[in-house]
Amino acid sequence: MSGGHSQYVPVNGFMKWMDDRLPLPRLVYDSFIAYPVPRNLNNWYTFGAILSIFMVLQIITGIVLAMHFVASTDIAFNSIESIMRDVNYGWLLRRLHANGGSFFFLAVYIHIFRGMYYGSYKAPREILWILGVFIFIIMMATAFMGYVLPWGQMSYWAATVITGLFSAIPIVGEPIQQLLLGGFAVGEPTLNRFFSLHYLLPFMLVGLVILHVWALHVVGQTNPTGVEVKDMKKETVPFTPYATMKDAFALSLFFVLFAYFVFYLPDYLGHPDNYIQADPLKTPAHIVPEWYFLPFYAILRAFDFNIGIPFTDIVLIDSKLAGVIAMFGSLIVLLFLPWLDFGKTRSGDYRPLFRQFFWIFVIVCIGLGYLGSRPAEGGYITAAQILTAAYFGHFLIILPWLSRFEKPKQVPPSIADAILAKNKAA
Amino acid sequence: MSTAKTDTLPDPSKRDFLYITTATVGTVGAASFVWPLVDQMNPDASTLALASIEVDVSSIEPGQAITVKWRGKPVFIRNRTDKEVEEARKVSLSELKDDEARNKNIAEGGATDRNRSAGEGKENWIVMIGSCTHLGCIPVGLAGEYGGWFCPCHGSHYDTAGRIRKGPAPENLAIPEYKFIDDTNIKIG
Repeated sequence: MSGGHSQYVPVNGFMKWMDDRLPLPRLVYDSFIAYPVPRNLNNWYTFGAILSIFMVLQIITGIVLAMHFVASTDIAFNSIESIMRDVNYGWLLRRLHANGGSFFFLAVYIHIFRGMYYGSYKAPREILWILGVFIFIIMMATAFMGYVLPWGQMSYWAATVITGLFSAIPIVGEPIQQLLLGGFAVGEPTLNRFFSLHYLLPFMLVGLVILHVWALHVVGQTNPTGVEVKDMKKETVPFTPYATMKDAFALSLFFVLFAYFVFYLPDYLGHPDNYIQADPLKTPAHIVPEWYFLPFYAILRAFDFNIGIPFTDIVLIDSKLAGVIAMFGSLIVLLFLPWLDFGKTRSGDYRPLFRQFFWIFVIVCIGLGYLGSRPAEGGYITAAQILTAAYFGHFLIILPWLSRFEKPKQVPPSIADAILAKNKAA
Repeated sequence: MSTAKTDTLPDPSKRDFLYITTATVGTVGAASFVWPLVDQMNPDASTLALASIEVDVSSIEPGQAITVKWRGKPVFIRNRTDKEVEEARKVSLSELKDDEARNKNIAEGGATDRNRSAGEGKENWIVMIGSCTHLGCIPVGLAGEYGGWFCPCHGSHYDTAGRIRKGPAPENLAIPEYKFIDDTNIKIG
């Protein structure tokens, strides 16, 4: 839906000269000014733009913080404190960066759920969706390594637990863990390489986001009806000013919430233990990851039993490896979503059963998040096991089943018809 | 002589030769460059040089334990009381979640108290890597339902011989290579 031929007309002689040599202004014009967007997009569609702004914000604050941070186990913790106390506006930059990570994830979760509800992964948008999943995974890796840098107790033990996941792999697990750590335990080499990668990965993220936007602009945006644009004139509006203004307005509201946290609750999303310097000889009583990893942490810990052949002592997968496989599996399964949900109807608005299961899925994810924050004992583990089964069941059983047997409601013949019907009803 | 026109390529076998040799050199070159890039991440010479330490254990009375740092990880050294040894001995292998000794100093064997301890005449000593076999947290000593160690992270209980008795950890606490170089000194690593 690139709108066919380019509508760019150079405004003056210089732009004409430029256009004949490097048509960059034409690319920008066609992508962000004339680019047609469906006119019925709602506010849930603004999070893509919000995410790109947050990525830029994280990179800018990150680059300046790196000018003051020292990646050495003796100095890292104190260099964070000197950023907070001595560096001009250091307190602001660090809080923007730390809370920015949280809000980046808040926005990405809303963006992903929006895509799930409106079937944004269905043909011809499979590649667009898969690129999105890769972006999400790289984001998680970046956030994890960034969290290790302040070298507090949570940093150190998060690094220990997460790299410990790799030791669950049979035979090659321990060599891989030592390769990642650069030693026998988390230490100086680990901190240095995490800093290096924490600086690199955001730029890989930028590359993936460019591909993501490119793929989006080839196939066009979905919209709440799930019907493709049929009449370019009647059903779309140009990106600028319509989408730009709408995105900017939503971004302003999101920034108000962000600013509230940065200025009034700057440490609310963090852990007090991370203000204690890393101590390799003492584990904090209760290790929890940042809130945005909690659902995955709950899945990891849900497996407290070995998986083997029933009625024998033969263990196929021990409890530790099973947890690790399930945790990574919960991300990998997203890659296959376009083929697990193969029904023709896109939008959840016209799939009554799907809609109910979608909201159950949202509640399951939030429930897993809550359980991830609790200690791993008794009833919490049982609940996490049930919700983990529900998480995978949604993708592997419910969605294929719905695709086959659900009777969707009548989809409007076109976006224009849907808008007219809505206006008539109002 | 053939009547080929002048615009066909002379001697195609020479082009094939150049193509294949260039591709081969390129592939081998790239592969040999990748290995240093990967291997630089492995523990370096200075890390490996710290691979063994010596510890004086003469001041540890029965019932006491110390923690020393070896390869960046804590190592528990505990002088167990006769009662603790007696209790650990009574446990039969079938009661254990992991019945292997996990002791680097013996070839193979069940997780009997003898196989877990420092051996003949030194049964009261137990030396283990203090890193929970679940996800690497450090268990708390003289705690838990079996009077051994308790890991606060995910609730694993170890007995006085460091064997996993309850909780998510899959294995007994690992015993590193060590030996008594004399009556009061241990060399670990």
